[in-house]
Amino acid sequence: MDDKRRRFLKLAGLSAVAGIGAPSAFNLLLKGEVNASSPAPASHGTESPGSGHGEAPTGVRLGMVIDVNKFAENPGMAQKCVDGCHQTHNVPIFLDSKGQVNPKDAIKWIWKEPFENLFPDHSHYRRNDALHELPFLALCNHCDNPPCVRACPTKATFKQKNGSVIMDFHRCIGCRFCMAACPYGARSFNWRSPRERDENGNLKFIKNLNEKFPTRMRGVVEKCNFCAERISEGLPPKCVEATGDTGAMIFGDMNDPNAPISQVLKSTFTIQRKPALGTLPSVFYII
Amino acid sequence: MIEKALKGSNVYIGWLVFLSVLILAGVVSYAQQYQYGLGYTGMSRDVSWGIYISQFTFLVGVAAGGVMIVLPYYVHNFKDFGRITILGEFLAIASVAMCLLFIMADLGQPTRALNVLLHPTPNSMLFWDMIVLNGYLFLNILVGWVVLHSEYKGTKYPKWLKPFIWLSLPWAISIHTVTAMLYCGLPGRHFWLTAIIAPRFLASAFAAGPSLLLFIALVLKRVTKFDLGDVARDKIITIIGYAAILNFFFLGLEFFVAYYSDIPGHKHALDYLFWGLEGHDNLVGFMRLSLVLGGLGLALFWIPQTRSNEKTVMAACVLVFSSLWIDKGLGFVLGGFVPTPLEYVTEYYPTFGEILITMGVWSTGFLILTILYKVAISVKLEKES
Repeated sequence: MDDKRRRFLKLAGLSAVAGIGAPSAFNLLLKGEVNASSPAPASHGTESPGSGHGEAPTGVRLGMVIDVNKFAENPGMAQKCVDGCHQTHNVPIFLDSKGQVNPKDAIKWIWKEPFENLFPDHSHYRRNDALHELPFLALCNHCDNPPCVRACPTKATFKQKNGSVIMDFHRCIGCRFCMAACPYGARSFNWRSPRERDENGNLKFIKNLNEKFPTRMRGVVEKCNFCAERISEGLPPKCVEATGDTGAMIFGDMNDPNAPISQVLKSTFTIQRKPALGTLPSVFYII
Repeated sequence: MIEKALKGSNVYIGWLVFLSVLILAGVVSYAQQYQYGLGYTGMSRDVSWGIYISQFTFLVGVAAGGVMIVLPYYVHNFKDFGRITILGEFLAIASVAMCLLFIMADLGQPTRALNVLLHPTPNSMLFWDMIVLNGYLFLNILVGWVVLHSEYKGTKYPKWLKPFIWLSLPWAISIHTVTAMLYCGLPGRHFWLTAIIAPRFLASAFAAGPSLLLFIALVLKRVTKFDLGDVARDKIITIIGYAAILNFFFLGLEFFVAYYSDIPGHKHALDYLFWGLEGHDNLVGFMRLSLVLGGLGLALFWIPQTRSNEKTVMAACVLVFSSLWIDKGLGFVLGGFVPTPLEYVTEYYPTFGEILITMGVWSTGFLILTILYKVAISVKLEKES
């Protein structure tokens, strides 16, 4: 399965450069890509002072670039990403007795967040007004040096060969050490059972169940999995798919110099969340 | 030997019944939590550890604090602690038992707890904490029981026990060091990300553990014929006095670093705990009270007149223990979650059921402690009479 994924990503990268119409979902992203790349080479990542540990130079390393301007040009698209992801992954919505979303029990894989909360280490003094209106998306950074994986006492959360950090829901003991360890607030806990049903036997908190993805039991941690289940089928992540051909989200192998994402990272100024912590996030933002 | 625990005065039996009622309330509440999930508690996505992990952290300290009684006796041959070393060891057993129960109460999937052994993960500090805590429990049960049993038989403890006694001393330091490492190795949690956590934990432990022990020993002196002796009492007071001063000194250093460097991330948690942050101040009263209680307790321990008066010493024990409980058993863990990584302030309030479970675990610890102390005191008084 790993090989299959690798071959797919290679193919996607190659087809991006050659421009041949490979039947890949990445073609959609490609269109936005050509405009974004410029010939001027720019250094990124490995030489930045924040990346103290050095990044994995070989093998596949999945990454994502989020172009916030494109989200601003397409109002409502950010919410489409959130809804698409949460729908696909059967993320429950817990309501309190008044029918409001209960923040205490909230489970979030990807969500909208203001600039100052997403980047609290950046100065907010005399920032341009537009910045505060921009719809930023927050999700797991799939760090190359993930503190959550270091903290987990059972290897229930682990880094795959392709760089994505995922969960084994059946091994998690629910100690929530990973939640304390994550500097990005990317992890959620099932404080109650998302599988609860009403008297008619319908799931109370999950509407339109996706049969292809498991629901979780109570007492385990969950988070964005970079759509591991879709990538293994050759599909792009659901949030990326939701951005259509806008090029607002570029996803692929950062270690493949020909991949669209590498082209963008090389040619565009991007920022990562809390780079000083040395976690080496795989999610980049264009502002 | 254990039969000594079965008969006692009406006060003894009444105390056991009282504890059992609280334990029962805790068990019933835990059954509800087990049915519903941890949403039964006040914990949330933002404050993902609450009073269970706070109590666990504090009680690791109480367990480690017993070593302050054990060490002078075995290493420095301080004979006056001979009568109370067993109290230190048994206090460690009861405290570690509470720690383990609190961890279990906090797990989302408690039936999978053995995954920590099935999939050993040396890079996780929780894995090491599991090892040191269970190891310390084993060492104290072994040493405490064998030494007491030898006394019961009227002999000195066997030679083979010596290595275990010596091993238990650094092991006591290790349990609280590793517990500190659960917190101080996490990037992005400014309040915990400081190398002084382990020393501060140890200082507060060496004050809190002996305070509890001294208080209980003085209660025993009143209700039984057991007398720890004036020299031992005075020595424990000295130990508590210095350890508590060190703890507050370390806390002062935290304040200096935060407010002199003026780095917002370093100040936020202290702001929240002692002054309130963005209008959120549910712990401010507690944290300030902690300082007042600690100051009063220390004064009573250091003023010659109150230091030599058993009543004021008992009061000082309660004051210092309460102060450190608030500091570590409440503020330390909860403060670390404020603000969240996304710079929101979310406050935590334990639910009623959560408090009942917490009291149930404490009562279980005190039940274990009562029974162990009853056996120990009975054996000692029998031999001495």
